[in-house]
Amino acid sequence: MGSTSSTLSKIPNADELIQETGFTSAHLARLFERFEALDKDKKGYLSPQDFEAIKELALNPICDRIIGAFFSSGQEMLDFSSFVRILAHFRPIDNNRTKEPNSPDPINSRINKLKFAFQLYDQDKDGKISRNELLQVLRAMLEKQVTEEQLESIADRTIQEADLDRDDAISFEEFRKSLEKVNIDHKMSIRFLR
Amino acid sequence: PGRQSGSLRAPNPGKQTLLWLVEVVKPFSLLLFLFLVFHFSQRFTTVVPESCVLIILGLVLGGIVLIANKKQLYQLDPGLFFLFLLPTIVGDAGYFMPARFCLYGAKMAGVIDDNVEAGLMEFLLFGALISAVDPVAVLAVFEEVHVNEMLFIIVFGESLLNDAVTVVLYKVYISFVEVGPGNVLTADYFKGVASFLIVSIGGTLVGLIFAVILAFITRFTKKVRIIEPLFVFLLVYLAYLTAELFSLSAILSMTFCGIGCNKYVEANISQKSRTTVKYTMKTLASIAETIIFIFLGISAVDKSKWAWDTGLVSCTLIFIFVFRAMGVVGQTWILNKFRLIPLEKIDQVVMSYGGLRGAVAFALVVLLDGEQVKAKDYFVATTIVVVFFTVMFQGLTIKPLVKWLKVPRSTNRKPTINEEIHERAFDHILAAVEDIAGLSGYHHWRDKWEQFDKNYLSKLLMRKSVYCKSELWEAYQKINIRDAISVIDQGGNILTSARLSLPSMASRTSFPEVTNVTNYLRENGSGVCLDLQVIDTNPGAKVEEETETHHFLAGNLYKPRRRYQSPYSRHFMTLGDQERQDREVFQRNMRNRLESFKSTHYKRHKKDRSQKKARSHHRLSHLRLLLTPRVKPTKSQLKGELSEPEKDEDVGITFVARKAAETPKERPKSVPAALEVCQSPSVAPPSPTCGEKNLPWKEGIGALPPCVSVEATKIIPIDLQQAWNQSISSLESLASPPVPQEPQHPRVSALHRLSVPPRPPVPPPPSRAKFQFPAWKDEEEEGTLSQQHREMQPLMPSLRPPPPPPPPSSAQSSGKRRNPCVYLRSLVTTPPSGSMPHSRGPTQL
Repeated sequence: MGSTSSTLSKIPNADELIQETGFTSAHLARLFERFEALDKDKKGYLSPQDFEAIKELALNPICDRIIGAFFSSGQEMLDFSSFVRILAHFRPIDNNRTKEPNSPDPINSRINKLKFAFQLYDQDKDGKISRNELLQVLRAMLEKQVTEEQLESIADRTIQEADLDRDDAISFEEFRKSLEKVNIDHKMSIRFLR
Repeated sequence: PGRQSGSLRAPNPGKQTLLWLVEVVKPFSLLLFLFLVFHFSQRFTTVVPESCVLIILGLVLGGIVLIANKKQLYQLDPGLFFLFLLPTIVGDAGYFMPARFCLYGAKMAGVIDDNVEAGLMEFLLFGALISAVDPVAVLAVFEEVHVNEMLFIIVFGESLLNDAVTVVLYKVYISFVEVGPGNVLTADYFKGVASFLIVSIGGTLVGLIFAVILAFITRFTKKVRIIEPLFVFLLVYLAYLTAELFSLSAILSMTFCGIGCNKYVEANISQKSRTTVKYTMKTLASIAETIIFIFLGISAVDKSKWAWDTGLVSCTLIFIFVFRAMGVVGQTWILNKFRLIPLEKIDQVVMSYGGLRGAVAFALVVLLDGEQVKAKDYFVATTIVVVFFTVMFQGLTIKPLVKWLKVPRSTNRKPTINEEIHERAFDHILAAVEDIAGLSGYHHWRDKWEQFDKNYLSKLLMRKSVYCKSELWEAYQKINIRDAISVIDQGGNILTSARLSLPSMASRTSFPEVTNVTNYLRENGSGVCLDLQVIDTNPGAKVEEETETHHFLAGNLYKPRRRYQSPYSRHFMTLGDQERQDREVFQRNMRNRLESFKSTHYKRHKKDRSQKKARSHHRLSHLRLLLTPRVKPTKSQLKGELSEPEKDEDVGITFVARKAAETPKERPKSVPAALEVCQSPSVAPPSPTCGEKNLPWKEGIGALPPCVSVEATKIIPIDLQQAWNQSISSLESLASPPVPQEPQHPRVSALHRLSVPPRPPVPPPPSRAKFQFPAWKDEEEEGTLSQQHREMQPLMPSLRPPPPPPPPSSAQSSGKRRNPCVYLRSLVTTPPSGSMPHSRGPTQL
């Protein structure tokens, strides 16, 4: 516990973050250690290169998308609070937490989880997944297992299925609807160790 | 002492079992019969779990036997149980365990609630066996109530491993008992524990090794599909025996062999073998279950077998309940510390309540040696009561309980392609986030495993053609096929209403280019190939309708003569994996669709009828001739009738349609007419009738096949094409079963007759086409005719001698190529036409 509190003291606005993200202080301390480990040059922020240095991540077929999601604002720096905020998307939804009226939409809510996934597809940030964007992700995920033609038919099919307003693209609303029956909380949460 | 655990087997099980089997054969057939009867009475089993029914049946039978014989003839024999009954039950469960979640099962491995009044060895032993939760009983109940997947898997995994662990424990204890409680030293207890660990881990390893071997073997069985299931059974059973040989846990070995090889074997073996394995395993397992349950019933009736002790019975009942609950609560508490989604109170209640004791516990207690375990009779009585109580009372009440507690049910819904894709993306995201956050959680390890699996295991254990396939692509195809079926399900109307009304379509279909057909087909997504060009090229509604009718009839009327190869040849077996389970549904729906179509046409064309009546008689006899393949055509008759020029146009299509159904299994000889067919546009002379009718498809024949065929075959997943073709051909075979004596002939002869018309000089198309036409015009006739032909069909072949084999044709190659598409076209044209303003789909009437 002693180490936890000492780590916490190093984090600039720890209380605020805990309040905002719902992480416990132990979580936060652990994440801070991880943050510092990733930040090899001790520059106080993370760059995309720091992420690319993670060995396991490089194997991930859509790793560039995910790294991109962390640097969504366009800059090349990621400070600790943004780091934690993004990771907070993946905290499981806790239903026994006291619901405070002043925090209507916690960062790990269903809709925010979906938004995070959506922006991975939507590279040009126009609020829609176009056929091309979908194709890119599919190509990355399927690698060389299928032919280009098959890929395209899958993409077409996907769009056709989700596309409600017939604009040949999937808007966020359509994205949400197509995943309505999926238990997002199960599928988009990980256990953060204390 | 643990080392002796293997010695439980009967000295010469083979011989004993044989004798036993011979002895039992007669009553056994009766039992099986009764079992089947009960099995079929679905209504009954929805209320009462099957286990209950079986036990009651056992009681009744036991009573009968007792009255007849005054003593029990049949009893459970250890050799039989351990060599045959147990493996089948466990093997079944292991093989069908949902593989991905076996981790959860493994987590629950330690779940043995030793509800034992400690002290005496016998009680330990008894505790071990009575704590065996019966997977079958639990699963049957849970499947019925559709509890959510997680709960299902946990309970499944738990009871499965419980079974195994129980048997291991049982053997350990029994060896203790054999030594005698007095001689067991403290060290022996530790030895027991150690040997327990060795036995279970060793068993698991043996199982996994056999799983690898099995998967590796099935990789090379492509040429010998028939023995695939045999390999599966033998190797799984061998895993069992090998483990037993080394005194390891045979059950764990078998279970893990099943779990481990499932993925690879399923991918390697053919669809047919898969079905065979599935059904055989299920059958064997349920037979074994039945035998045990019936024994239970029988011995419950026989008083000499058990002795009652109220204290023991009631204590046991209370204890199993309490300990079960305690075990569940304690373990879920530990598990919840590691789980993302904690198990809720409700789940725990259901889990503790679902602890049904079943066949295995009973079998084990009956197998106790009365010489060494003096209290055996008491144990038997208690076990019977416990099994009765849990299966009857809890089994009957768990369903209302689940409803009452509102346990989240599983939704029986197939994932859409969107869900498939996004969920995969989620998996990747989570794995990445875990990497970033520096956690090695579930996703991390799963990713690692998948990498390993992809890089090494799959390459080693799967056929090349199989492991290259992408899961997502397969999912996509499955969804497509499902859609195709649902399309047919709805009488094809969905094609017109949903698909064709897509706004984007109008623009695309208006382009005549091939690429646009492609696009359209792609966009359409579902593999149902709509040939829009057919619609496009049709100028008017009337013409269009005629086309539609024509295609329909072309497909319908000639049905009886479309045959496919005898399914009994070896050749066929190797092709067999095209077969789909969907087929049956497909057939039925297809038939309905055709039927409804016919009726609508009947109405529509009523007015035409009168005009054509004059000709009807003629045609009738004529059709009869044509429709029965075996009829030896009296040439003069044929000549007279066939000479009518009117029918030229249809020929091509008729043939094409028929041919297409056969495409998957092509045979060189059978296609004499194919070439003519495909070329018919150029060959067919413009006859007076043709001008008169202005039949659209006539123009289409020339133009369409080339463009459609190439593209369509490319786009539509091969699978789907085959499924489609096959269902059609099976549909036909339904209407007219292949002739047994000369399986290849019917089709050939049909083609033959058509291709070699009575008057060689006359261009073949005209003569052939005749029947199509009249048929659609006067519907009344058509109805009667088709009925007639259907009735005649079965009779005909036997009546007439088979015609001579056809002359081989050189034309087939070109014909074959085009056929599928044209065929598809003819199939599909009907529904789309409904979207045209004037056309009349079945719905409109």
